[in-house]
Amino acid sequence: MSSTKIEVGYNSKIEGDVIVTKADAVLNWFRKNSLWPMPMGLACCAIELMAAGASRFDISRFGSEVMRFSPRQSDLMIVAGTVTYKMAIALRRIYDQMAEPKWVIAMGACASTGGMYRSYAVLQGVDRIVPVNVYVAGCPPRPEALLDALMKMQNQVAKTPLIRTHKTPKPDALAGAHDA
Amino acid sequence: MSITTSDKTRMLAEQLRGKFGALLSEIAEFRRECTLIVHEKARIAEVCSYAKKELGFDGLTDLSSVDNYGEDPRFWVVYELYGHEHHAYLRLKTRVGEEDCHLPSVTCVWRTANWHEREIYDMMGIRFDGHPDLRRILMWEGYPYYPLRKDFPLEGKETELPDVAFTQKAPLEGGPFVTTTGEKNASSREPRARTEENR
Repeated sequence: MSSTKIEVGYNSKIEGDVIVTKADAVLNWFRKNSLWPMPMGLACCAIELMAAGASRFDISRFGSEVMRFSPRQSDLMIVAGTVTYKMAIALRRIYDQMAEPKWVIAMGACASTGGMYRSYAVLQGVDRIVPVNVYVAGCPPRPEALLDALMKMQNQVAKTPLIRTHKTPKPDALAGAHDA
Repeated sequence: MSITTSDKTRMLAEQLRGKFGALLSEIAEFRRECTLIVHEKARIAEVCSYAKKELGFDGLTDLSSVDNYGEDPRFWVVYELYGHEHHAYLRLKTRVGEEDCHLPSVTCVWRTANWHEREIYDMMGIRFDGHPDLRRILMWEGYPYYPLRKDFPLEGKETELPDVAFTQKAPLEGGPFVTTTGEKNASSREPRARTEENR
């Protein structure tokens, strides 16, 4: 044992074509690199959201270019804009329609806190009706800020304990779902 | 000399007065715009119908309402008429009281009045008889207040409708922040919180 060289990680001579890792890490790696956004574009922030999706900023570098306008197919809701109380009803409904696992980014001052709209018509922060994972400051935030939020979101997703919290639906619950 | 648009407006307003007489007020002219007050709100649709069919006011540019809080009757409902043939505008106004808060719809005259009347109903609480679909348009169905009335606070009131929606008062932090017009420099025009003492 004269060699001082220490092999770290994958060693093809020992392991062959096999990589050993944790199931959580692999599943989260899949998830975090293909977050499909639900573009909840409600005001001017939506323009910056579109810019983030276009070629100059290119959200597809992070695997999130597949903007789905159906809540059934998306797992990251980006609330971009002013949420009025009337829209809040629809927003909550769309959030409920999204399949688990799901995450929310509150983009901009209005979605985060109500912003400059201190009025009877505007919800004072979207976190009053849906759980928010990442808040983005700005009015509106630049696309870089949204991409930064997306990276923070990916870090959160990567750290989610998956197997431990995974729930198997009980037979009773399934029966109930069919009746409804 | 050709007839100018304002002369035409005045002529049409005279014609309308000729038809309805004492129902309409004197013609009030301000900056070449003519305003007529309809004294009986119940006959507004009749006046509008005549203005459209006989006087060529085929467009309703705007339909709005004004809250003169503290006066009686409390509201104005204002109709802005326009004719695409003769290019003349005419403004009709009628008063609506708070207790008897309804007047005939003009959706049967101009179909565009539909959403305007829904907005007035939503924001001011004035009802329009004969409207085909008088629902709220900006706030959600079941919201209990009329937010554009002068006695409604800017920050809103708390409401709770189980399973539908809620609202809470918006935090104003000493506001609303308002600017003062006519000040010389930008820093004195800066919007500030203005209370009763600090006006």
